[in-house]
Amino acid sequence: MVTYILRRLLMLIPVLIGMTLITFSIVHLIPGNPAQVILGETATADAIANLEKTMGLNEPYFVQYWNYILDILQGDLGTSLRSKAEISSEILPYIAATFELTLFAMIFAIVVGVNAGIISAWKQNSWFDLAAMLIALIGVSMPVFWLALMEQWIFAQELGWLPAYGRQDSKDPIAAITHLYVLDSLIHLDFARAGTILKHLILPSIALGTIPMAIIARMTRSSMLEVMKSDYIRTVRAKGSGQFLVIYKHALKNAMIPVITVIGLQTGVLLGGAILTETIFSWPGVGRYVYEAINYRDYPVIQSGILVIAFIFVMINLVVDILYKKLDPRIKY
Amino acid sequence: MKLRMTLLATLLIFLLALVACSGDGGANTSDTPDDDATETDAGENEDTEAEEATAAGDQVLVFARGGDSESLDPGSTTDGESSRVTHQVLEGLLTFEKDSFELLPGLAHDWEVSDDGLSYTFYLEEGVTFHDGTDFNAEAVKTNFERWADPDHEYAFSDDGYVYSMYGTMFGGYKGEEGHVIEEINVVNDHEIEFILNQPLGFFLQNLGMSYFAITSPAALEEYGPEINENPVGTGPFKFVSWTKDDSIVLEKFEDYRVDGLPKLDRVIFEVIPDNAARLIALRSGEVDIMDGLNPDDAEGVEAEEGLELLTRSENNVGYLGFNTQSEPLDNVEVRHAINYAIDKEAIADALYAGYATTAKNPLPPGYLGYNDDVEAYEYDPDKAIELLAEAGFEDGLEIELWTMPVARPYMPDPETVAQIVQNNLEDVGVTANIVREEWAPYLEKTSQGEHQLYMLGWSGTNGDPDYFLSSLLHGSNIGSSNREFYQNDEVDELLDAAKRAIDQDERADLYAQAQELISEDSPMVTLVHSTPVMATTSNVQNYVPHPSTSESLAEVELTE
Repeated sequence: MVTYILRRLLMLIPVLIGMTLITFSIVHLIPGNPAQVILGETATADAIANLEKTMGLNEPYFVQYWNYILDILQGDLGTSLRSKAEISSEILPYIAATFELTLFAMIFAIVVGVNAGIISAWKQNSWFDLAAMLIALIGVSMPVFWLALMEQWIFAQELGWLPAYGRQDSKDPIAAITHLYVLDSLIHLDFARAGTILKHLILPSIALGTIPMAIIARMTRSSMLEVMKSDYIRTVRAKGSGQFLVIYKHALKNAMIPVITVIGLQTGVLLGGAILTETIFSWPGVGRYVYEAINYRDYPVIQSGILVIAFIFVMINLVVDILYKKLDPRIKY
Repeated sequence: MKLRMTLLATLLIFLLALVACSGDGGANTSDTPDDDATETDAGENEDTEAEEATAAGDQVLVFARGGDSESLDPGSTTDGESSRVTHQVLEGLLTFEKDSFELLPGLAHDWEVSDDGLSYTFYLEEGVTFHDGTDFNAEAVKTNFERWADPDHEYAFSDDGYVYSMYGTMFGGYKGEEGHVIEEINVVNDHEIEFILNQPLGFFLQNLGMSYFAITSPAALEEYGPEINENPVGTGPFKFVSWTKDDSIVLEKFEDYRVDGLPKLDRVIFEVIPDNAARLIALRSGEVDIMDGLNPDDAEGVEAEEGLELLTRSENNVGYLGFNTQSEPLDNVEVRHAINYAIDKEAIADALYAGYATTAKNPLPPGYLGYNDDVEAYEYDPDKAIELLAEAGFEDGLEIELWTMPVARPYMPDPETVAQIVQNNLEDVGVTANIVREEWAPYLEKTSQGEHQLYMLGWSGTNGDPDYFLSSLLHGSNIGSSNREFYQNDEVDELLDAAKRAIDQDERADLYAQAQELISEDSPMVTLVHSTPVMATTSNVQNYVPHPSTSESLAEVELTE
């Protein structure tokens, strides 16, 4: 197991180098002088030249790249041009916000998706199966921004049950510790606040979790159906196990391997910042962070933000690989 | 076994919840045509929220906007979302009238200008303290101005990327540069300060009203250093409390504010809600009190809705179609006149701003000093355009490039639609306009280098002075940068120079009026519209007046039940 993990870690190195090369190049391939864009249509030539100098844009590309790598190796992600703050510390609250949202969206997606998939497979071709798969199809095809706006319209504007935007009651902000607000309010032993914060999580989590939920449900169903046809399940049945035990004790573990892949990929996608959901629910997550940086051509933030997202994605893949090994010790790479 | 049961139970609960949700959702969708029912719902919500707020004894106002502030250090930013917030926390020597650029006293209660316009003396308010408890005095004013002017100043933080570009633009550059107008600043005593200029600057006072030139506590500059952009300390009605990036900025009442009885609110919270539709939902659900950036198409609905108020800002920008006056065939003034007559400005105003815009006949927005209302507008008249083109020798039509802005701006929210309308209008008079597309940065670069013919752009005001519009856009010395018309008329240049140097505002107004007359005759641009941005508040917001600069004081705003 340890050698397996070590080998996976070693394989990450070329991936990481490739990532830095790509993020670095993409930014420089965007047309236009970043100094001009930052300073806007009213900029003077002097101001543009000055800014180029402060940003190091007048250096050759190779030197810029080399400096960038050296900084990253020292844990220095650079300084934001927009806020003038250290990116490595500035990005943390954004990551926390995205993490919290992803966590709840994935809980929703997994609990509903896996179970809907199981029941669909269990009661194949029943009305539940048909309904669940229809919902899953709609869920996969539904534009997130539309679902999000509909949720806001119905549950915030018309019914007034749930807040329309944000992470917390804006009139009564929390004193953040970890920036995971649910956790923070529990640390403060402020359960009323935790309730408010959970309420703020419901709509965006559902909006964000719907597509993964649908994908997971479909994947679970087909994987489950396949496993249920295998010999060992017939053996278990022959031994007289009830359907529930057959499914949850014997079939589920094997059926989960492709589902875990999907869950891993979807978690990675969501953690990479769900820009649409984050925008509509004004969730200050990492997707918004990078998006705003792109608008402002905040080069260091674009580079480091994408790098961090890619890094998280790679890490989740690593976790998925390790989980495979746990679920099926026969797997080797 | 236990685990399995728990799983099953969770599953059941979730399924039930799912069914419940979809049931309610469905029921409600069918209910929505029933407006009465839904409005009562919303109304009840607001009531409960208001009661909660008053129960706590707090007047808390939530202001929702589309983007976050860039920095809370006013001098080092040019961003409207930043100054909107810093305007509550810091004050300048002067300030503007609530809904116009007319000057009012700020931290200086009085001022004197020498006859030659080279010396300005300001008499400062006494007994004013910064939020950190230190005294506001002439020395503090001097420190701030020197910080902006001198990149080597101990608080300039140049190495940390601080650039005071608004200062450079408004005062002609930085210390030691030719064109920098502030020669020296003398502290006469604690409450009297004198600015010596090396040349007269007609809009010197006007500059001082801008929220970008607000005074920061020198003690705070010392304490926070380059982190001053996240820790603003001024003398304003509200104190800075906290900033969660891309989320919210919290301000609270400054108890020792220099004006008795103000501010009326206990807390102000600036929330970022990027999506216009989502922001309006938050306003309707009572979660926010004021929303900036309403879609013009939603304005009618908001106006009709009980519990909401529609507000407009006065014009402070111009969207225009510029000619490269040194490129054939646009160097021919008759062709420029013809195109001016060919464009249906009304159609553009209606299509883009749902009517919340006025058609423009001058590059200067109405309400500005010297705005010349006697200039005759080029009314939409395709026949006249055809006639003029024929006179100019283009009876068989002509072909030109139309450069289309790749980004939306407040003065031009939908450049593609404008381009299409213009293209159709020109087609009607026999002019084939070929649309040229460029990325934003190359667009700005190439148009300032003169690679274009007809192009679209706009300009927004900052200090409320005509110079910022007319000189930037049309003075011959700005060819190669912001004069993308490549317009050179020595007579206009002389008028603009004289107006820039003159101190007497009536004299300046007269000079600018003359310049506009000449500009209109030369027609270096088709001025399209001045937009009046719309915004909305709930009906319990009182005394809120939108300012054309987008930065308005919330000191007098209060909430009723």
